[in-house]
Amino acid sequence: MVEISGNPSVDVEIGESPSELVRFDNVGLRYGIGPEILRDLDFSIHSHSFQFLTGPSGAGKTTLLKLILQTLKPTRGRVTLFGQSIAGISKAEMARLRRRVGIVFQDFRLLDHLTTYENVALPLVVQGREESSYRAEVIELLRWVGLGDRMHMPPVILSGGEKQRAAIARALIVQPALLLADEPTGNVDPSLARRLLRLFIELNHTGTAVVLATHDLQLMDLVDARRMVLAEGHLHIYD
Amino acid sequence: MLGAALVRLVPSDLLASRSALSPILPARSIAGRALVLVIVIMTFLAGLTAGAVHLVADASSDWSRSIAREVTIQIRPMAGRDIEADVRMAADLGKRVRGVEVVRVFDRQEGEKLLEPWLGTGLDLGELPVPRLVVLKFSAGSTPELASLKAELAERVPNAGLDDHRLWLGRLKIMANSLVLIGIIILALVLVATGLAVAFATRGAMAGTAHIIDVLHLVGAEDSYIAREFQRHFLRLGLKGGLIGGLAAVMFYLVISLASANFAMNPGAEQVEALFGRFSLPGAGYASVLAIGLVIAAVTAIVSRATVYRTLSGHE
Repeated sequence: MVEISGNPSVDVEIGESPSELVRFDNVGLRYGIGPEILRDLDFSIHSHSFQFLTGPSGAGKTTLLKLILQTLKPTRGRVTLFGQSIAGISKAEMARLRRRVGIVFQDFRLLDHLTTYENVALPLVVQGREESSYRAEVIELLRWVGLGDRMHMPPVILSGGEKQRAAIARALIVQPALLLADEPTGNVDPSLARRLLRLFIELNHTGTAVVLATHDLQLMDLVDARRMVLAEGHLHIYD
Repeated sequence: MLGAALVRLVPSDLLASRSALSPILPARSIAGRALVLVIVIMTFLAGLTAGAVHLVADASSDWSRSIAREVTIQIRPMAGRDIEADVRMAADLGKRVRGVEVVRVFDRQEGEKLLEPWLGTGLDLGELPVPRLVVLKFSAGSTPELASLKAELAERVPNAGLDDHRLWLGRLKIMANSLVLIGIIILALVLVATGLAVAFATRGAMAGTAHIIDVLHLVGAEDSYIAREFQRHFLRLGLKGGLIGGLAAVMFYLVISLASANFAMNPGAEQVEALFGRFSLPGAGYASVLAIGLVIAAVTAIVSRATVYRTLSGHE
């Protein structure tokens, strides 16, 4: 686990008996008959871990997150999610695995016809949970991310920072084992970016592994955490 | 709105989302109005067809019942025979048949009156060999033995013929059955057309909500959940359209029935009534018109669910 305080210094803690949540073995991806845009990806993401995924724009950060989420299929290699190889996995099983992963997008992807509360509750709604069983949980989480007084508003009237916090709350409501965040600070000012980073680190303290994709070097310098750097289709890992 | 009020009448658990939460699929944005209008029109046409099938089937069965209980003895004038005596003899023979309730002898004036529709009025038919008729009416449920009557007539009144209307009845049944079959084919075509319209609307709705479907997949929704949401949405539209269309068809038949009752004295109306009855649907007819609305709503829901499944299975 990582620590951040009022100053940029960070302590790194080792979690208890970390297990592999994600494992890539010799994974490659190409579109059609073009060259491989990602090649020879070999890495693991362990429980309780915190890592940045970085690289220049267009290096394939979002593509790598999609490979982890299996919204893209690799053209070669083996991907294991929560100890289960995803080769030949059924769509229903894949949906159940995705429920253990929280995802935050740069463009938020909130549903404008739902209220902020309903957006955050969405992952529980699709699991068929009754509202009475999660209402308190959602309200508590919305207060935790500072949206307690905005819960009944539709996302369209929220500010960029508020939308991002709502998107983060939606990813966290299922208490995911793994959180994937794709440029979550890309649309917010630097001070809010630091607050969001603090939020991710707090979350990591509760036991969730975090993969934070960003190309913001200043933000990364605030935390001494593992860096996964994508460049020219290859992944370089700096522990 | 009438549609909204009708949807409120449907058991809430059939349509209810998870609770008081907003529907996952936005109700207004999914080409709802156009599809509801298509369903209203289809249901109205299907309701009219179903009502017409009922009218034809009922009229045909009324004719069959009344005609099947009636046979006619026709006595043709023949040189050297006393036609009045032959008529009396035929009536006597008729009275002896088991199950006869009424024997009605048409006198010469009544016989000539029957020819008026073809020959016009004011003609002196005295010189024409107008046949005389004896009508036997049987009690309900009786099975008259007409073979012996036929044999006796042939022996004692050789110029008499017995007409039990079977040929005419057979043709009538064929015509009525054909009309019913055509009605059923039209109903089937309407259902198929509705299904196709719903399939297109569902694909359009899926394209328009692709971003929502993506998010649902990413937060762990299974295809069955997404299909259920679409089915719920389209069932709501189907019920709204089906009930409005069904009620419009019911209103149509109520108005026609009232109008035909008011104009029953008109000679033209009498002829139409003779053919089709009173244009008033029985209770079962109204029930079937409304049932068609429900069937169309069910078809709408089932087709949308199947379309979503098929479309989603083509993804990933």
